[in-house]
Amino acid sequence: MAEPGELKRLPLHELHAAAGAKFGGFAGWSMPLSYPAGVMKEHLHCREAAGLFDISHMKLFVVSGREAAEALSRACPIEAGALATGQSKYTFFLNDQAGILDDLIVTRVGDDRFVVVANAGNAQTDEAHLREIASGFNCTVEALERVFLALQGPQAEAVAHDAGLDIAGLGFMNGKETADGGFIARSGYTGEDGFEIAASLDAAQALAEQLAADPRVEWIGLAARDSLRLEAGLCLHGQDITPDTNPVDAGLIWAIPKALRTGGAYVGADALAAAIAAGPRRKRVGLKPEGRQPVRAGAALVDGDGAPVGSITSGGFGPSFGGPVAMGSVDVDALDQPIFAEVRGNRLPLALHPLPFQPHRMRKG
Amino acid sequence: MAQTYFTEDHEWVRVEGDIATVGITNYAQEQLGDLVFVELPEKGRTVDKGDTVVVVESVKAASDVYAPLAGEVTEVNDGLSDNPGLVNSAAEKDGWLWKMKLADKAALEGLMDRAAYDATTA
Repeated sequence: MAEPGELKRLPLHELHAAAGAKFGGFAGWSMPLSYPAGVMKEHLHCREAAGLFDISHMKLFVVSGREAAEALSRACPIEAGALATGQSKYTFFLNDQAGILDDLIVTRVGDDRFVVVANAGNAQTDEAHLREIASGFNCTVEALERVFLALQGPQAEAVAHDAGLDIAGLGFMNGKETADGGFIARSGYTGEDGFEIAASLDAAQALAEQLAADPRVEWIGLAARDSLRLEAGLCLHGQDITPDTNPVDAGLIWAIPKALRTGGAYVGADALAAAIAAGPRRKRVGLKPEGRQPVRAGAALVDGDGAPVGSITSGGFGPSFGGPVAMGSVDVDALDQPIFAEVRGNRLPLALHPLPFQPHRMRKG
Repeated sequence: MAQTYFTEDHEWVRVEGDIATVGITNYAQEQLGDLVFVELPEKGRTVDKGDTVVVVESVKAASDVYAPLAGEVTEVNDGLSDNPGLVNSAAEKDGWLWKMKLADKAALEGLMDRAAYDATTA
């Protein structure tokens, strides 16, 4: 284990170092930020061919047992028992105020067995939260030690096929456990088709080397992962969504089954139903700076009179979009007014832009 | 005869007469990655040593570039508005950031030469 304050190393750290990665800290991990190609080329390569990401900082849990579905339907605003085996669902852990503790993907992998993929930064609190809820049900929670890779891009399917990965029957948002104790899902964080592949520590090195050796594949660092997901309009927990954001204000009500929008047995149900009834106070929107200058997370948003109307939650440059892109949280009353970002004493005009900035190309089943 | 100096903040300063041309080093551009925007100062602005004069923005983050010495900005590299990547491809030449008239040439003594700078990044 790493000392407090010390960054944890990915199991395949040496592989990334040998590939020329530049590392930086994220959520307690020393992560490859970029490789010698650089963030711009990495980003574009992922959209044009296939990108390979080491996302082992993310945490996988298996919830299994006779009441596993009931436990997850308490922990998350989902009907876990209604998921078909092999089906994945984007969902949340909510607090009692319906604030988003984390966003997750839950996949049913068997009658009484589910895989939960959680964010790195929330892994410890998620585990405690999940274990506490599960303790009231006849089920167990297991935190997995796996290498987790994402293979994303229009060539991902061909690469996965040629590598002999077991992707038969996997449409977008489907997942399954594999024979060697791994897990594979057709999902991702780029807006492209692709897979997320968990492998045992023993099997991972050879798999990563095999995938990286494919001429269609390049390693992609965390910097391009962020620009890819931002263009795709996908949320980063801790920025675009936080425990102070509920799914209504985040524009993520689509992820809540209709039957659960007026109440339910899950944590936060009453608060969420009240928030839905009251309507959004603010809205997560795409924002396009009118000039070339990027606006960054944390920048204040103001109206034409300089009155505060919200903030930028994610911002940067979109290599495929060809200009700066951002998401922000804006008071609903201000959405029909001109909006400006305050950057170093200047007011930069922004235009509302539909999300995503880059059309999704996920492969439906 | 132009002479080039370096700072601990990874800037280079090329001095001809009392005019200094300032840019970031090749090492600095490698660390920053692909630049997408350069915010340049107004001509005529008077700066003190350590003032933020330029902001260079990569895909991921914004970074300040400081005045290595006191003086007055006399020229900026307007070409960077359309082509910020010039700082990546030619950091120590065509990717210069601004020129300034030095208030006190003697202050150059506090800066490093190439060999001393290279030793800091080795």
